[in-house]
Amino acid sequence: MRKRLATLLLAGTGVLVTLAVAIKSVVAGGADTQSFTQIEKGRYLATAADCVACHTVPDFGRPFAGGRAIETPFGNIVAPNITPDRDTGIGAWSDAAFDDAVRRGVREDGQRLYPAMPFTAYTKMSRDDVLAIRAYLKTLQPVHNPVVANNLPFPMNIRAAMWAWDMLYFDPGAYKPDPQKSAQWNRGAFLVQGPGHCGACHTPKSLLGGDKTSEALRGSTLQGWFAPDITDDQRTGLGSWSNNDIVAYLKSGHNRITAATGPMAEEIEHSTSKMTDSDLTAMAVYLKSLTGQTETPTPVAASDPAMVAGHAIYRDQCSACHGLDGHGVAKLFPSLANSSVVRASDPTTMIRIILRGARSVATPAEPTAPGMPSFAWQLDDAQVASVSTYLRNAWTSTAPAVSAEDVSKARSSLRARND
Amino acid sequence: MSARGAVLLHRLPWEPDAGEPPTPVRPGPWLFFTDDEGRAVEAIADRIIPPDPQTPGGKDSGCAEFLDRQLAGPYGRRQGLYVSPPFLKGAKNQGPQSEAGPAQQYRVALAGVDRACQAKYAKTFAELADIDKDVVLKGLESGDIKLEGIDGTSFFQQLIKDIQTGFFADPIYGGNRDMVAWKMIGYPGARYNYLDWIDRHNERFPLPPVSLMGRAEWTPKG
Amino acid sequence: MARKLPKKDVVIVGLGWTGSIMAHELTDEGLDVIAIERGPWRDAPTDFPTNYMQDELRYRIRHELFLRPAQTTFTFRNKMNETALPIRTWGAFMPPNGVGGGGVHWNAETWRFLPSDFVLRTHLTERYGASFLPEDMTIQDWGVTYDDLEPHYDAFEYLCGTSGTAGNLKGQIQQGGNPFEGPRSRPYPNPAQKQGFGHTLFAKAATELGYKPFPQPSGNMSRAYTNPLGLRLGPCTYCGFCEWFGCGNYSKASPQTTILPLLIRKSNFTARDNSEVTRINTDRSGKRATGVTFVDTSGEEWEQPADLVILSAYTMFNVQLLLLSKIGQPYDPVANTGVVGRNFTHQTMSSVDGFFDKSKFNFNPFIASGAIGMCIDEFNGDNFDHGPLGFVGGGYLGQVQTNGRPIETTPVPDGTPKWGAKWKDAVRDNYLSSLKGGSIHASFYSYRDVYLDLDPAYKDRFGRPLMRMTIDFHDNELKAATYLTDKYAEIVKAMGAKQVDKSPRKGPYDVTKYQTTHLNGGAIMGTDPKTSVLNRYLQSWDVPNLFVMGASAFPQNAGYNPTGTVAALAYWAAAAIRSQYLKNPRPLVDA
Repeated sequence: MRKRLATLLLAGTGVLVTLAVAIKSVVAGGADTQSFTQIEKGRYLATAADCVACHTVPDFGRPFAGGRAIETPFGNIVAPNITPDRDTGIGAWSDAAFDDAVRRGVREDGQRLYPAMPFTAYTKMSRDDVLAIRAYLKTLQPVHNPVVANNLPFPMNIRAAMWAWDMLYFDPGAYKPDPQKSAQWNRGAFLVQGPGHCGACHTPKSLLGGDKTSEALRGSTLQGWFAPDITDDQRTGLGSWSNNDIVAYLKSGHNRITAATGPMAEEIEHSTSKMTDSDLTAMAVYLKSLTGQTETPTPVAASDPAMVAGHAIYRDQCSACHGLDGHGVAKLFPSLANSSVVRASDPTTMIRIILRGARSVATPAEPTAPGMPSFAWQLDDAQVASVSTYLRNAWTSTAPAVSAEDVSKARSSLRARND
Repeated sequence: MSARGAVLLHRLPWEPDAGEPPTPVRPGPWLFFTDDEGRAVEAIADRIIPPDPQTPGGKDSGCAEFLDRQLAGPYGRRQGLYVSPPFLKGAKNQGPQSEAGPAQQYRVALAGVDRACQAKYAKTFAELADIDKDVVLKGLESGDIKLEGIDGTSFFQQLIKDIQTGFFADPIYGGNRDMVAWKMIGYPGARYNYLDWIDRHNERFPLPPVSLMGRAEWTPKG
Repeated sequence: MARKLPKKDVVIVGLGWTGSIMAHELTDEGLDVIAIERGPWRDAPTDFPTNYMQDELRYRIRHELFLRPAQTTFTFRNKMNETALPIRTWGAFMPPNGVGGGGVHWNAETWRFLPSDFVLRTHLTERYGASFLPEDMTIQDWGVTYDDLEPHYDAFEYLCGTSGTAGNLKGQIQQGGNPFEGPRSRPYPNPAQKQGFGHTLFAKAATELGYKPFPQPSGNMSRAYTNPLGLRLGPCTYCGFCEWFGCGNYSKASPQTTILPLLIRKSNFTARDNSEVTRINTDRSGKRATGVTFVDTSGEEWEQPADLVILSAYTMFNVQLLLLSKIGQPYDPVANTGVVGRNFTHQTMSSVDGFFDKSKFNFNPFIASGAIGMCIDEFNGDNFDHGPLGFVGGGYLGQVQTNGRPIETTPVPDGTPKWGAKWKDAVRDNYLSSLKGGSIHASFYSYRDVYLDLDPAYKDRFGRPLMRMTIDFHDNELKAATYLTDKYAEIVKAMGAKQVDKSPRKGPYDVTKYQTTHLNGGAIMGTDPKTSVLNRYLQSWDVPNLFVMGASAFPQNAGYNPTGTVAALAYWAAAAIRSQYLKNPRPLVDA
């Protein structure tokens, strides 16, 4: 009860502050680099929106100076320079132009942005939210870094075509709180749907790359990874995770069940590990409210040749870390017996990790960053398929079998990747 | 400016497919031995580790193939060892000091063995009856039979070591085919997890041996 | 001409155990620290993975993780009047290379020395009289006591998650632990590891003979553990690929598992790998270190200036760098002057093999960890009366078989032919029912004619002289070895062995037979600059802004594995640097 009140009060204070800032903005003309409160709010929202990840070349790039190629199913789009540099960044843009870009997908020169920039999610933010982000970005070191954004092949490089795409897939407008739900739930929904843009990775896409909104957050494949189901599905989603598990994962990259690797590791490092516990809890509350599917596939029998072979491989090669009982070691070796990655409808992530190995994320709360070795040299396609099928159907898990062809395809596509 | 020699960034280094997994030996013609040498080594291996009804001997378990690949590789050419002169004769406890590495030593010694057998029996080592082969090897061991250009006794000690090493090494290196040596002694191979067995005292461990490339049960049947 | 890099507060030479401990401590103090490591970066998922680490040929027989003699090696002779020859391939010891150093491939046997070990000369003289000690024995007191080091032993054990049973808690002897150990302030952070059949049988027989066996203190985790730095380790799975190998499942304490992931995140820490330090630079007075010179993989020379130099490069290379940098007076064994290179020691290792009835005994030797085992300490140090025995020193006796890796584990009874059908049958018949790894791990005291200096003939790839080891066993150690081996054999007999084969250490010192990598001395600590290189804080008497870590500081070796003491000394030195030196850089002890 007290938490609720506190949340309400906080929300109320937030409203007041927003009002105050809004008033000031209306008076002053927008993003105010003199306003500590606005800049702080902007910094936090930019963190939640994870602008730095796409707009910075990893490890070597100057922050927000652009130049990173974002891989999409249609080709690479290079993220622009959003430092306040007047020539090569957005220093010369008006606040209105910035808002149009972030919330309406329209560039300063009138051209449309590709949805690699998740304006379809950022639209959920309010104008004040976006101006706060602008205020923060304006305080950054300007970096001279000219970026050519559009590397897509014909005909995708015709930005005007985005007009049609936007008609199909873009539902503009700020987040509207659901009065039936708590302030905490609404905050979580806002963060997940808006700045967090979780659906950009976790919602399956149509052929044209638009969200399949009826399957929101049920998992999606991109950049050689399957971003898992993050609804409350017991088998493939967060059904067996508590709110604390979700918060621990987002905050530290690790919880008693699993660890973050790949693109999610980067997300946690730059974004959610720096958000408040109450915001992460709100997101957890929201995600857990999304009901999962009810279908359970037929389990593969233990006597199936793949299961027998997989069991032998597991005992000999996997159990030394993941345990004879499949439960791993909390915060060190992920559980495979209770794993949404293992049971996912698309086994891409599991196969990728088995073939290539993985390094989990290090955060201040969890600095160990344990890694898994690569098995590509040791296991052939049938063996990887067997152990994958075994993991998906051993202990109390159930999921469709993985075939040797699935693995063979994964191997070839991974060979073409350098990440 | 920066020195070459990596400066580690503020995260643990990692790349996909990292590491240096072993390359299994591929069956095929000798890479190092001549046909005569190969014949001699197979025959020697079968006396150092004779075949018996339960377990193949040195020849059929692949010890000669092991040695061939080793001599053709870094071991044969003493990669990573200190091979600077001067090469002075030292005491046995000062370790090997010869200018010649294993590859050269085997060349010289195997030729010497065959020459000694020709002199004594008018046959090469491989052509001898087993009983005579043993006489020759015992002669090398004791020093009764001398070889040209190399100390027969030290060579023989190294030979025993190399053959027996090949017998018990992982099958990826050419010897211990089908893990026959491991099956002979009851060694379960390249396993990593005995957590459920540490408390089971005085019980036979039941699982079959595993090589670095796995075991037959890893491949689904049917 | 070396190019100069921007100055750092601290340069650490070598990123093994002591390098990592010092880097962690000094970065916590806010200093800007760089560590320079000769070898490559190494880590579990990339270099010691669970799917190809189990390769006895590659790692144990061909030494892949270790320093390559081609990069550098040492020369060896028994006596001063002999010519030293290069160690062209390793045998008696296996020097480490790479980030993590020996901490990657050690067994994780984590012992403390006895209180009497630190005041050895005083103690033995008091008890037995000065004439009881051989005239050419050069043992010394350390300048620190067990009590000084106790909190630092404790810090290391908790860093590592050492698994053990305390024997002496604040003076109270505890059941099941080592009754001879010095008092500890609190229990081990983890319970002792589980023991195999052979180890358990040894303990039972030892108990029946009136001894007090206890589990060997082990840096292999007996359960999942989170150390005080927040780093997580997993439970050891008794894989039998511990010593000589890196651990694939985060269950062996090493710099990689206990310090480095946190260290590397600090913005005031930099590590440079594949860079070999060739010299410690001093100013014109020779009394102040200005930094180090190192060579990168392209052969280019660089200078890393720093205000404080920590030498953490392993015994042999610490001493070599001091000699080549002309820091401290080199030891002259004939004139008995000088200090750098004196009191060089190793370890006196003996063993006993036991052969049992295969129809009744199955030991599964392959199920083991690096520091598993049951030990007795009745015959270590001065825990027993040496008066009637005519020697000093001793060691622990332990059934500590760590593996059944077959290339090296084919014990056959004495007298079995070395090849042929009889050999094959004996190997088959004895593999599961024999116990190799009866370990008699005894002290190696220091002598006037056992020392280190620079070789006059052989050079490394930079043209610098190799270190020369002049080392042989003295009667004292050989007498001790025979005595302890007999004691051990009694226990094996009492276990029910049908044949007991003793291998007490015999001279001359043989550089081809493995005897642990516990090389010590050469840059010893002490109370008198005429007989030591370092003061009690491991600070160079000659160059106050140089501290030298490692077992090179041991004036003599005790009957235990050295790493616990090496680490405790590092923590002790770090504490002195943090609380005394940094405020006012100066010699901390009056010469």
